[in-house]
Amino acid sequence: MNYDHILIRYGEISTKGRNRNKFVDKLRKSVRIALAPFPKIKIRAERDRMYVLLNGENAQEINKALKNIFGIQSFSPAIKVKRDIEQMKVAALSLVKRLYKEGQTFKITPKRSDKSFELDTEGINHTFGGHILENIPGIKVDVKNPDINLKIEVRSDAIYMSCENILGAGGLPVGSSGKAMLMLSGGIDSPVAGYLTMKRGVEIEAVHFFSPPYTSERSKEKVIDLAKKQAEIFGSMKLHIVPFTAIQQTIKEQIPENYSMTSTRRFMLRITDEIRKKQEALAIITGDNLGQVASQTLESMFAINEVTNTPILRPLLTMDKNDIIKIAKDIDTYDISIRPFEDCCTIFVPSSPKTKPKREKVMHYESFFDFEHLIQEAIQGTETLTIKPDSKPGSEFDDLF
Amino acid sequence: MIYFDNSATTRPFKEVLDSFVKVSSEFFGNPSSLHGLGLEAEKLLTQARSQVANLLSVKPTEIYFTSGGTESNNLAIKGTAMLHKNKGRHLILSSVEHPSVRGAMEQLKMLGFDITYLPADHTGRVNLEDVKASIQKNTILVSVMQVNNEVGTIQPIAEIGKLLKHYPTILFHVDAVQAVGKVPVNLIENGVDLCSFSAHKFHGLKGTGALFIREGVRLDPLLSGGNQEWKVRSGTENVAGAVAMAKALRMTLARSELDLERMKRVKSLLRTGLSRIDDLSINTPLENSAPHILNFSIKGVKAEVLIHTLEQKGIYLSTTSACSSKKQLPSQTLLAMGVPDDLADSAFRISLSYDNTEDEAEKVIVAIEEAAKQLRKVMK
Repeated sequence: MNYDHILIRYGEISTKGRNRNKFVDKLRKSVRIALAPFPKIKIRAERDRMYVLLNGENAQEINKALKNIFGIQSFSPAIKVKRDIEQMKVAALSLVKRLYKEGQTFKITPKRSDKSFELDTEGINHTFGGHILENIPGIKVDVKNPDINLKIEVRSDAIYMSCENILGAGGLPVGSSGKAMLMLSGGIDSPVAGYLTMKRGVEIEAVHFFSPPYTSERSKEKVIDLAKKQAEIFGSMKLHIVPFTAIQQTIKEQIPENYSMTSTRRFMLRITDEIRKKQEALAIITGDNLGQVASQTLESMFAINEVTNTPILRPLLTMDKNDIIKIAKDIDTYDISIRPFEDCCTIFVPSSPKTKPKREKVMHYESFFDFEHLIQEAIQGTETLTIKPDSKPGSEFDDLF
Repeated sequence: MIYFDNSATTRPFKEVLDSFVKVSSEFFGNPSSLHGLGLEAEKLLTQARSQVANLLSVKPTEIYFTSGGTESNNLAIKGTAMLHKNKGRHLILSSVEHPSVRGAMEQLKMLGFDITYLPADHTGRVNLEDVKASIQKNTILVSVMQVNNEVGTIQPIAEIGKLLKHYPTILFHVDAVQAVGKVPVNLIENGVDLCSFSAHKFHGLKGTGALFIREGVRLDPLLSGGNQEWKVRSGTENVAGAVAMAKALRMTLARSELDLERMKRVKSLLRTGLSRIDDLSINTPLENSAPHILNFSIKGVKAEVLIHTLEQKGIYLSTTSACSSKKQLPSQTLLAMGVPDDLADSAFRISLSYDNTEDEAEKVIVAIEEAAKQLRKVMK
């Protein structure tokens, strides 16, 4: 007997009261995107459970895809059978047999959502436990620490049986918490910051600052590849590429070297905030990590943050570098991030940036030049790409492959 | 023309040649160049690498492009030996390996390494017990081909891989040149550390191939230079060749899904038909042999003469492997299998592609029967 559907348990969604339907809808959308390669499946979302009907698609491959979806607490491949004792016996035995290895123990966990079923909890244990004991020689019951836990759920429409409980990614379905702009540099941190924020249900659009000819096409490619990875979670993601050369050159001329980095960050934030307004997002995400580099001291953040009162989310703020790297490896962005191309942050780095810049000073330095038209030019010249997840990079060459 | 010599080389797919020409003429940049032409070439190379990796279910960073099977085999064996020579100097190979494995090993022997040849049984297969017995404290590498190029015997790669998992310091090299598209190549499951591929054996181009190097495994490079291919294989990358190889691999695996059953039928037809011919004995074992190779001997018929007789009728096949047939030496594989000298001396190899048909097989059986009859009359 093959698994015919997968039962998905919601995580925190079930605590969301009146907004629950909205959350379930978002999750359904995430599941549909992730399972797009399996055209035969059907998704049925209910108040407290979601069912993926397999219709012959490969359960193992689908399990792999489900593991990465935010908003799923856990899921179980399962069999749906009619409310008929004989059919249930056959299904129960076949499920346990498939997992059983010599010397293992089992238990049955019945759940009667529908109390009108002819057997009570004790009766279910007895009937199907007995059937399994009779038909699998050597198997023993262990109710405390079983190797195999056969769940039998009695619902009004049918009986659901499953043996495996696979942990999901947790979090909230993407899009259920609104939208924010991610400042995506190409380094290790910002993709991780984006990932962690998406895990809390936030849909993101990325903003990247591009300074040709000081930074190369390859560094842009790298950012696009990172965006592709992030796009896997929501099916697609917008990437705004801001031409930043003129502003960086002007900063170099106008601002004392040790304050240039602070000023650069301020302009990036201002521009990101303008794009945020246009895109109707509610926050800005950065990969800032307290104390890692000069721009990430509290003094620096205080001086930079002044340009906006939009919430700045810094999910990595308190993390250690090694933990960030570990997540970057888990989400497959690390190998892309360490490609050795200059980005706009590394090329104009002053030899000794101020680690404790003063807000008043940076404002004073910026006051001698009207940056406003440069900012507007940069915003107008921004190129917006819709990035789709893609296992094959550089798909413009597809006919060659 | 009936081309039955596909283990020597295959005819490149037209689509593969088209890609090669287009990439060579339009995207001729050096992937290491900083400008846009270089970037385009680099993108093509990256895409070729991920496609090959995906098709083999491994990571793109585990695929290193080389000039073909011979280089891949040499790189795997000598690269391991040079890097690990202070850890151990003992290497194990089967006695039915391709000359590029055997030759690399013999060269190492001259440099003071110890090598052990695993015996083959009468079907050309090595025995797991022999592998176990050959392992010493200072063994650093075991090299066994997946499909023998002369008789088509499939070696117990999964079992050897499983055994070697108990010896974490021994690397496992598999020459899969004849296996691709014919038998499943499960690199990760089988615990393979190094695996050689050659594109012209699956309708790609000569001069292109790859070595799979499992993540975490290191090798000394054979070639010094610009440190391409993560320092393992210097030399400006053959971008067009790599793209062509990626395409050839995709198309071959697709054909394999469609036509493997027919290939098996053609081979079985040939086996039945040929074995009815007087004094003809089939050397390829019935069990554990690849679907595309059939090796047989005809007593009293000089191999070369029969090859040329068939050629006149537009039928192309080999005396054993193309690599050793010009040397006029009896097949090492057949001798290792215990085939008598005179039969090993008059051995032929038919090797199929997915384009060969049952109709062609019928014609070839008749042609061989007639030619053998005629030649025996003259030569007696």
